[in-house]
Amino acid sequence: MSSEASNSNDPVIRCENVFKIFGDNAKRMMKESGGEVDAAKFQEQGCIVGVNNASFDVHPGELLIIMGLSGSGKSTLLRCISRLTDATAGKIFIEGEDILKMNNKQLIQLRRSKMGMVFQSFALLPHKTVLENIAFPLQVKGVSTDDSIKRAGEMMELVSLSGRENYFPRELSGGQQQRVGIARSLAIEPDIWFLDEPFSALDPLIRKEMQDEFLRLQGVLSKTILFVTHDFDEALRLADRIAIMKDGIIEQLDTPANIVLNPATEYVRKFTEEVPREKVLKIETVMDPVNPADPVSDIKVSKDAIIESVAEVVLNSSKPVSVIDSTGAIVGAVHASKVVHLLFGGHSKETSGQLS
Amino acid sequence: MMELLREHKYLQFMLLIAVFLLMCMFVPATDGSWLWRLPPLFKQLPLMINNSVDFLMFEWWLVDVYDPDIEEYEKQPVMRQVTRGISGFILFLIEFVRELILGGVKTIVTFTSWDWATENPWARWPGLPWTVVAGGAAILGYRLSGIGLALFAGFTFVYIAIFGQWEPSMQTLSFVLIAAPMAILIGLALGVCAYKSKTVETILNPLLNIAQIMPHFSYLIPVMVFFGIGDHAGAIATIIFATPPMVRLTLLGLKKVSPEVAEAGRMAGCTDRQLMRRVLIPTARRDILIGVNQVIMQCLAMVVIASLIGAKGLGNDLLIALNRLRIGLALEIGVCIVLIAIVLDRLSLAWANKQTDYFADQSFKQRHKHSIWFMGVFLAGVVLAWIGSLVFKEGFNYLYLIPHNKGLTTGPFWQAGVDWLWDTFFYTLKGFNEWFIVDVLIPVKTAFLAMPVVATFTLAMGTGFIVGGIRSALIVGGYLLFIALTEWWDRALITSYLMTMAVLISGLIGIVAGTLCAQHPRAARWLLVWCDTFQTFPSFIYLIPVMMLFGVTDTSVLIAIVVYATIPAARYTVVGLQSVPEQLHDAGSMAGVNRFQRYLSIELPMSFPHMALGINQTVVFALAMVIIGALIGTDDLGQLILGAISEKQGVGNGLVLGFCVAFIGLAIDQILRTWANQRKAALGLE
Ligand SMILES: Nc1ncnc2c1ncn2[C@@H]1O[C@H](COP(=O)(O)OP(=O)(O)O)[C@@H](O)[C@H]1O
Ligand SMILES: [Mg+2]
Repeated sequence: MSSEASNSNDPVIRCENVFKIFGDNAKRMMKESGGEVDAAKFQEQGCIVGVNNASFDVHPGELLIIMGLSGSGKSTLLRCISRLTDATAGKIFIEGEDILKMNNKQLIQLRRSKMGMVFQSFALLPHKTVLENIAFPLQVKGVSTDDSIKRAGEMMELVSLSGRENYFPRELSGGQQQRVGIARSLAIEPDIWFLDEPFSALDPLIRKEMQDEFLRLQGVLSKTILFVTHDFDEALRLADRIAIMKDGIIEQLDTPANIVLNPATEYVRKFTEEVPREKVLKIETVMDPVNPADPVSDIKVSKDAIIESVAEVVLNSSKPVSVIDSTGAIVGAVHASKVVHLLFGGHSKETSGQLS
Repeated sequence: MMELLREHKYLQFMLLIAVFLLMCMFVPATDGSWLWRLPPLFKQLPLMINNSVDFLMFEWWLVDVYDPDIEEYEKQPVMRQVTRGISGFILFLIEFVRELILGGVKTIVTFTSWDWATENPWARWPGLPWTVVAGGAAILGYRLSGIGLALFAGFTFVYIAIFGQWEPSMQTLSFVLIAAPMAILIGLALGVCAYKSKTVETILNPLLNIAQIMPHFSYLIPVMVFFGIGDHAGAIATIIFATPPMVRLTLLGLKKVSPEVAEAGRMAGCTDRQLMRRVLIPTARRDILIGVNQVIMQCLAMVVIASLIGAKGLGNDLLIALNRLRIGLALEIGVCIVLIAIVLDRLSLAWANKQTDYFADQSFKQRHKHSIWFMGVFLAGVVLAWIGSLVFKEGFNYLYLIPHNKGLTTGPFWQAGVDWLWDTFFYTLKGFNEWFIVDVLIPVKTAFLAMPVVATFTLAMGTGFIVGGIRSALIVGGYLLFIALTEWWDRALITSYLMTMAVLISGLIGIVAGTLCAQHPRAARWLLVWCDTFQTFPSFIYLIPVMMLFGVTDTSVLIAIVVYATIPAARYTVVGLQSVPEQLHDAGSMAGVNRFQRYLSIELPMSFPHMALGINQTVVFALAMVIIGALIGTDDLGQLILGAISEKQGVGNGLVLGFCVAFIGLAIDQILRTWANQRKAALGLE
């Protein structure tokens, strides 16, 4: 799941200087601007800047979260990449193919074979049952009724909804509806999965449950994912990397830890100020080098574990805890005092210094 | 002073009324004075329309057409060929359905020839026994919905049969079964086009506005000219009239589909067509179904009117019964029309809501059980009919087809009821009628006719200005100007007088009844159900009971209009009051106001916009009914339109008269709608 591991592969999604500007004379103004888009100036002319010069790659199996306040252009960016709207300028490649050059037929083919999308308002078809909703992308593709229904049944099991096949969306709770939305988007076994604030419409408790469910699914499926949210906690829980957007501009795109520790702009700093460090930092950042003289406990934690998730173990242990890498080799040790310091010592310069 | 005026609209309005009254008093009623009546500059308009229609039909774009009778090519105008083709096609469909049920030879002739059919007397479609049709309807009802609809559908057809209305009813049914689906399809297609293209929408919108408010009659005349007379012409007029609401509601429904649902469809890999057919239209189904329902209602409302240009069936019979004042018979026919309307409506609704069950692994027998049932009913019906032919050796085979007016009839009973009413209440009714006509209707009518044209314009345009500024004033003025420049200004005033009276009374009744019922959720629901039911009745039906009581007078027409037009006023009042947020009630109660104060100060102002739209609908309903009232004798525009139907050169007159009526409605619509929208915006309702 980690981004470093897959860097060698070609990116699944690549955006180069993507702009999306709403308004009648958007194209013309875009041309005149020569690549430098000033939102305020465009607004005067009746144009709204949705996405402003976005460039980034997403690698296979990576989970990129797009994050930002409401109206910052997250959905618009997602819609450009899925070509639900046409970007005003720039290039977007999906597995090396320029989707802006695709004709309608190719685009439909791409969506039928490679893309799935989950929506904030669930966007289920009200006249179809749960099962028919899930089978819908398959039926549209021309899969026979029997096969598509069978496959939809399997998907229902995957999202733990079995037994509600003949319910209508309106008869389900929000969380259940979104499970249907997820199952539908996965029915064609897409490689790329778009989720636009999938859990924002849900109650906090259900949201937590759905995030766990999502992590479980991603563990099983490992798709390449673009996930939009305005909830920073959610982003931290799920992301490999996070892109923070403001007024259509991607302010920073980096791992959660780097975003918290090294905010690129004032805006990102403000955004991340309140975030507890233990929620983003990995054990790696607080471990000490292996010291053979030091007695260590038998307990082992992964160097990629988020501190919060293993804090209890480390604090309960009387001796320092060993840190292992993905191969199981011991690469360091964590002292409880370091964790205590991080948890309760405030956001000192020292911690961030260590990482950089 | 000016400050005050600018701030308070009601002061402006009072000033306007004062000016209006002064004008009424001081402008002399002299012929030739432009202040009194404008000169009929548009007098030639009907003639011009006639000429252009004639040109279109007979001279425009001649082509060679092969005439089999004289075995030669002949020059024929394209338009005529096109309309003939359409007529032939629709007529064929209607006849086909009709003969399926009633039997006949025309369909067979279409595929062979009269000569062949005469030589081969066996080549007749025999027609279904009424038992089979009733059974089939019940099975269909069961299949689509359940036992309730099955019973209702079965009952309807049995009722129709045993009351001896079988043949006309089936004629009407075949007519509706062709006209309604066509209107639905055309409406759906146009709605989809308007959804896809802004241009189409912009073009369609004003057309729909006019089409919906044009009186039914005015369609008849151009249709007659282009398509002749007969069932097909009736069907075409019906389609033209029934399509606009379908277009409207399709467009409305499609626009309401959330963009995310559409995007979900596109992400699922839908092509444009799949998106429309499998995502957008089904998601917009609720509104589209209301459209379907409206189409069916319009079709049945047109049944009577279409009979004026030759549609066979119940409508024709009803018209004759009304004209002969055979109230009992008219009532029975009316019940048949209403029953057919309700059955068709329910069946179409159930069909659209039907679901498939993927899990029942069904055997052949289960899957085809309804067909098997139908075969059973068919055989039973045929056997019964055969037995019938043995039993009823003389006369009619009642088990096959109960002939027209040979069934049961409650006519004499109703007639006796009417006679009794007349005997008992003769003086009361007559007294009321006379008082109403002499002391209320005639003075109001006279007052309307005594308005100088300049005063009418001032009042209408002034109101437009106060409500919607210069734009509204000009629009309203434009509509009025058209009417004033025709030679029918006075007739239009009479139409307006009937309409105004009706709208005032219905509005009052509707708002009061709506308000009372809205106080209780139960009562409110009950009222809405009644509104639904009454709206199902074709407008004609309302004429029957009032004619029973008041004969052929303005009173009858007015009462019929009031009954019909009260429905929307009541409905919108209830809906408006119900949409007032609960918090506001509580806020009011907390502030210590009593219920009536709360109603006056909170609920009423909040629901005003809704009520205004209700009154707008009331105006539309009232106008439609005023014109229909012409059938039982009024002396307004409607009567002239009715007259135009039987004139040779009636197209121009009919159309221009139709526009006059439509423009009255549109002018009022402009003012009420602008006002309602402003209020809504001000109250933050939308
Ligand atoms: N179809 C559209 N037409 C005009 N402006 C739009 C449209 N869609 C989005 N916008 C504007 O683009 C900006 C970004 O919107 P969006 O991507 O939906 O934000 P987010 O998803 O981050 O809340 C907003 O200012 C919004 O008003
Ligand atoms: Mg969004």
